[in-house]
Amino acid sequence: MTAFIIYKAIMCGGVFLLCLAAAAYATLWERKFAAFLQDRKGPSRAGWGGILQPVADGVKMFMKEEIIPNVSNRSLFILGPSLFMITAVITSSVVPWAKPVMIDGQVYDMQITDINIGVIYLLGVASIGVYGIMIGGWSSNNKFALLGAVRASSQMISYEIPMGIALIALIISSGGSLSLKEIVEGQDAGFANIVWQPLGFLIFFICALAETNRAPFDLPECETELVGGYHTEYSSMKLGLFLFAEYINMFISSAVMATLYFGGYNFPFAHELYEKLGLADGSVWISIIGFGALMTKIFGFICLFMWIRWTLPRFRYDQLMNLGWKSLLPLSLLNLAITVVVEYFRGNIKF
Amino acid sequence: MLGLTITQWLFGILSLMAIMFALMVVFTRSPVNSVLYLVLTFFCIAGHYLLLNAQFLAVVHIVVYAGAIMVLFLFIIMLMNLNTETEQQKHIIARIISGVIGGLLLFVMVGALKGAEQINIVQSGASQIGLVKNLGNVLFHEFLFPFEVASILLLAALVGAIMIGKREPASPTPPKEGLL
Repeated sequence: MTAFIIYKAIMCGGVFLLCLAAAAYATLWERKFAAFLQDRKGPSRAGWGGILQPVADGVKMFMKEEIIPNVSNRSLFILGPSLFMITAVITSSVVPWAKPVMIDGQVYDMQITDINIGVIYLLGVASIGVYGIMIGGWSSNNKFALLGAVRASSQMISYEIPMGIALIALIISSGGSLSLKEIVEGQDAGFANIVWQPLGFLIFFICALAETNRAPFDLPECETELVGGYHTEYSSMKLGLFLFAEYINMFISSAVMATLYFGGYNFPFAHELYEKLGLADGSVWISIIGFGALMTKIFGFICLFMWIRWTLPRFRYDQLMNLGWKSLLPLSLLNLAITVVVEYFRGNIKF
Repeated sequence: MLGLTITQWLFGILSLMAIMFALMVVFTRSPVNSVLYLVLTFFCIAGHYLLLNAQFLAVVHIVVYAGAIMVLFLFIIMLMNLNTETEQQKHIIARIISGVIGGLLLFVMVGALKGAEQINIVQSGASQIGLVKNLGNVLFHEFLFPFEVASILLLAALVGAIMIGKREPASPTPPKEGLL
């Protein structure tokens, strides 16, 4: 029992630190990437090549004066960013980060918890993620913040629906399990799910962009219209939490996409490689290599997110709603119908 | 600890929290706080589902109630910007009447439940019925017809909502796009 608790505590702490570190360096990478696309150098003063920039940003955020508006609802004002951060982090608990490790005959999953409804858990957390923004935006008692919050909530509710339907199609074609661990293991031999679900992945990716409020879907914080959107009144580290949670969201949604559609910690010819290196099942090195593969995929997705942000202009609000309800929703239903037919002929569905 | 198992402790704590938050929904003055307490109540009830080993129900409960319905409630209340100053105060007679009616309802319910026979509830820790696989099997084999009828009911409600929400064709001002 004690060993179990220690193992879970290490997993939770490790994944939490991983999320924070990845998000911190994603902020630096975002600026570097933007600089690359715009033919600049980007942050280069703090440390070698700007490697300490996230630390400097964090210190700056903490040192700034903290202002809570007099007319705001104080407790809700503080609750908003905290809730947003919590919902950003807890999604990571169902992602399998690497292959299970065997130590002294005991198998340790490299995943905080394997619940048999992992995919629905992801949807559930995504759906309560909007509370942080809404509470923060409303309690600021500022009309721009309120407009940003209203935009965020309607956007997130709208894009959850095609996302959910794309996930149903994925579950059908990946063998009917809702557990992320089993979905990844199903992609170990054979193809990754993207081969059977190209349209589903496209829909999921667009919805993930919208759910994380990244450009071109960053209308909730559209600075040309709404000053700062839902975080207009926030300052100091509370603003930092809102901004930071966006990067955590981006990291974890990349991890989820890599897990669901691109085989997670598996990669092509993995078994041949392990055989050549002479690694047995359950070896720590296999887990480390698999973790590296997953991280590479996540890094690729993060680059894609950033590439899109610095390339595409922002949608107009009616375009956003039209895309969600009139394009993505019918497309996802079509994808579901095609999936059912294809899977019937592949023999995964029996009547 | 008092001879109770961990499950019983969790049940007690969750029930206390659920009742407390439910009371806060009624007693708090601000409508926004009321909605937020209701969301917390839903989370407590989802916790109860988890104790019954019904994980699917628990998460769907959160997705549907906390994630969709209550967000819309919050949305509307925030847009209407209700607060205690603008809240209408009900007339004293109306309050007394509603108090009496509520008390009568409580009386009837207590009276009805008093004679109810004690059902032996099966210890649910090992029950597998709430898992998504078993639930799906039951839903799509035994209860397929009611399930489909319920979906048609939902569809009808959806169409009705669209019909009600539709603008009149001959409205004096042309509908503007992109208001928000």
